[in-house]
Amino acid sequence: MAESDLPAQTVCEIVQRHGGTPTRLLQILRDVQDHLTWLSPETLDRVAEELHISPAKVRGVAEFYSFLYTAPRGSYDLLFSDNITDRMLGNRELLHYLCERLGVEVGKTRVDGVVTVGTTSCTGMCDQGPAALVNGYALTRLDKPRLNRIAELVNGQIPLAQWPCEFFEVISNIRRADILLGRHFADGSALRAVLKRGPEAILEEMVKSGLRGQGGAGFKSAAKWISCRNAPGEVKYVVCNADEGEPGTFKDRVLMQDFADLVFEGMTLCGRVIGARQGFVYLRGEYRYLLPSLQAHLQRRREVGLLGKAILGDPTFGFDIDIHLGAGAYVCGEESALIESLEGKHGVPRIRPPFPTTHGYLNQPTVVNNVETFAAAAKIAVEGGAWFASRGTAESKGTKLLSLSGDCERPGIYEYPFGVTVRRVLEDCGALDAQGIQMAGPAGHMISARQFDRRICFEDLATGGSFMVFSHRRDILDGVRNFAHFFVHESCGFCTPCRVGTSLLRDLVTKMHTGHGTRYDLEEMRKLGRIMQVACHCGLGQTAPNPVLDSLEQFPEAWERRLRSTAFEPAFDLDAALEQARQLTGRSDPDAYLREEELILGAMP
Amino acid sequence: MSADRSFTLDGRRVPFQDGQTIMAAALAAGVYIPHLCFNPEFAPHGSCRVCLVKVNGRVQAACTTPAAVGQAVQNETGELREIRRGILQMLFVEGNHVCPACEKSGACQLQAVAYYVGMLAPHYTHFYPRRPVDASHPEAVIDFNRCILCELCVRASRDVDGKNIFAVQGRGIQAHLVVNTPSGKLGATDFSVTDKAAQVCPTGAILTKHRGYEIPIGQRLYDRKPISVVGDVATLAESKGGRRHE
Repeated sequence: MAESDLPAQTVCEIVQRHGGTPTRLLQILRDVQDHLTWLSPETLDRVAEELHISPAKVRGVAEFYSFLYTAPRGSYDLLFSDNITDRMLGNRELLHYLCERLGVEVGKTRVDGVVTVGTTSCTGMCDQGPAALVNGYALTRLDKPRLNRIAELVNGQIPLAQWPCEFFEVISNIRRADILLGRHFADGSALRAVLKRGPEAILEEMVKSGLRGQGGAGFKSAAKWISCRNAPGEVKYVVCNADEGEPGTFKDRVLMQDFADLVFEGMTLCGRVIGARQGFVYLRGEYRYLLPSLQAHLQRRREVGLLGKAILGDPTFGFDIDIHLGAGAYVCGEESALIESLEGKHGVPRIRPPFPTTHGYLNQPTVVNNVETFAAAAKIAVEGGAWFASRGTAESKGTKLLSLSGDCERPGIYEYPFGVTVRRVLEDCGALDAQGIQMAGPAGHMISARQFDRRICFEDLATGGSFMVFSHRRDILDGVRNFAHFFVHESCGFCTPCRVGTSLLRDLVTKMHTGHGTRYDLEEMRKLGRIMQVACHCGLGQTAPNPVLDSLEQFPEAWERRLRSTAFEPAFDLDAALEQARQLTGRSDPDAYLREEELILGAMP
Repeated sequence: MSADRSFTLDGRRVPFQDGQTIMAAALAAGVYIPHLCFNPEFAPHGSCRVCLVKVNGRVQAACTTPAAVGQAVQNETGELREIRRGILQMLFVEGNHVCPACEKSGACQLQAVAYYVGMLAPHYTHFYPRRPVDASHPEAVIDFNRCILCELCVRASRDVDGKNIFAVQGRGIQAHLVVNTPSGKLGATDFSVTDKAAQVCPTGAILTKHRGYEIPIGQRLYDRKPISVVGDVATLAESKGGRRHE
């Protein structure tokens, strides 16, 4: 066989392995890229041909996901997690250090094609950062000695399998356990309960439990299950949303790592209750390191009769679970975008209504729940709704897993009954000098010390679990600017106010942060933010201005400090405009800049 | 009883049929709600967000929100006008829209809606993106600088012409219209100026070659009356200054 036919042969084999099914497109592209390091136009056309779909559709998917590359990429693809918590731990210095060691520029592939170093959105390792991914696998606790070793391994072109395994070690850091993490669960007990008592009785327990969507939206889980169960349709689906993309959240990673059986049991239970025979886990690409262990758990469950054609020997109880890997798209955490992605498309949120409970995966009735919600449901089936509802507040029953990171002594996972105060959490994790908290991630809310007596529950501070602490040493605006960049990167581009608004907001925040803004710019940010909150198509765009709007309210002094005294400053920045000339002439000396401060601030992206 | 199936739009009673959106019902009742990615001949898309209305106090897109009995819908309010104006301004700074030099000026839906919502300047900082012009086709030219990603050409070519010539690729602010050929050139496709896709563009992104600037200033489609009275350029016959081929 001619050497040039190798990629074609690879594509053909991979497509066949996925059954030639277009809904597997994203999985196929991931596998193809694993073999060929990037997706060339010829490769994409080949995939389209093999799947009998239009080349534009395949290219559209390839261009949408951050972890799919349509330009050549190094055999070692290193991506530094660039959440604000990674920055607090000094990731920028490490990024530039590694680039220097490897002789490569950020975001560019080295001439010999061996390595690329770039950045990516939060990889969910905030309690053990600075973190990165190498060819999609998580690296934790980076420091200079470790990077020295990594540079040697890359330059020696040592296969990843031979890298020291401690580089890839991900610890769970469970600091506080309550009813979900603390009590033993016997595999199969929830499934025995549903077989013994029937789906209706389990639904009654679910209603009694008051369980709400633990991804943060807080929709009543029982209502979702009932709606799907009652929806007309022969084929129904259960989808577990493990696309934990909210920066600062990592509790689903811990559940999938340490409590996978509990989650799978919750999904299987849901399948029995709504009448579905197929479940999917949509696992974020950043957690691909979990895939082998999750597959092993599924296989073991099939072997012991907890999954498959006749669960617990009952031929009417068939259910199986398939795992799909994401590829770097925060928007896919939105349930309808997730379903689109699961169908092999680019992840643009659907128009709703109709909702997934009636028109979900392949337009069939589908329950999409968060990882933690399925885990709680399995426990409720065994222990009862009243038991679960004995914890929490009037409107928020049970417990919540919080992912603590940032400026605290003991970052990690904390399980609390709903209603716990922010102050109590801060005391427990050793955050003695907190200036403010980013609750529920950039899409959530920024609160200052004045609000530390607020309670974590749907009535007050709703959260999916992210809890990032900023001490008094920090500049709040570093966080705001980091989040503004995050939303630009993650906007899907479908609707105008998010596609354009996120960029406009980032530019205004940057102008302020670098000391070029005036009161006029503050008002501009407010107006723009208010438009985005109401006008955007989905939650991503609607929440994107939150860090700006919240910080304007909670930390006005952080903005005031940077104000120019003039009433108006033009957006045109003469010094920035000189950048091209500097690059052409190779000047980086202080005289090539208009102001000294630009040198310092210019280091920020 | 069909007489009961109505909602109010700025206080006026608007009847609707099952399955109709607020936009469709308003259109049938002769009430104008400004829009760009909506075209009554196609399934709603909901991406431009210009048709935002307030439904029982909540801002929603009129083109995708099903009409329901008893809804109180607000359309012409100062608040909505300001939001719509903001969205129009975003569209203007995102691309490169040089109205004075554009062949579509005066008969451009984007420009007409901008005037309708009171936009007199782009307000935001221009992005000045570098976008190409594709003149490879003998009969038509695509100026990507003017594309607002409404996907009407994508839908028309796929659903009506059966040619699937256009697609949108890329994510976020990188999203862009592409021509579905290996070279990316329109000249390599079987695109024709009689295609539906050639008639639906609400801006001057897809233009017919060999003719231009035919109608003098003062007599162009939206020169004397606003779009709310004249209607969309894409839905009007050519003889009335529109783009629909007879």
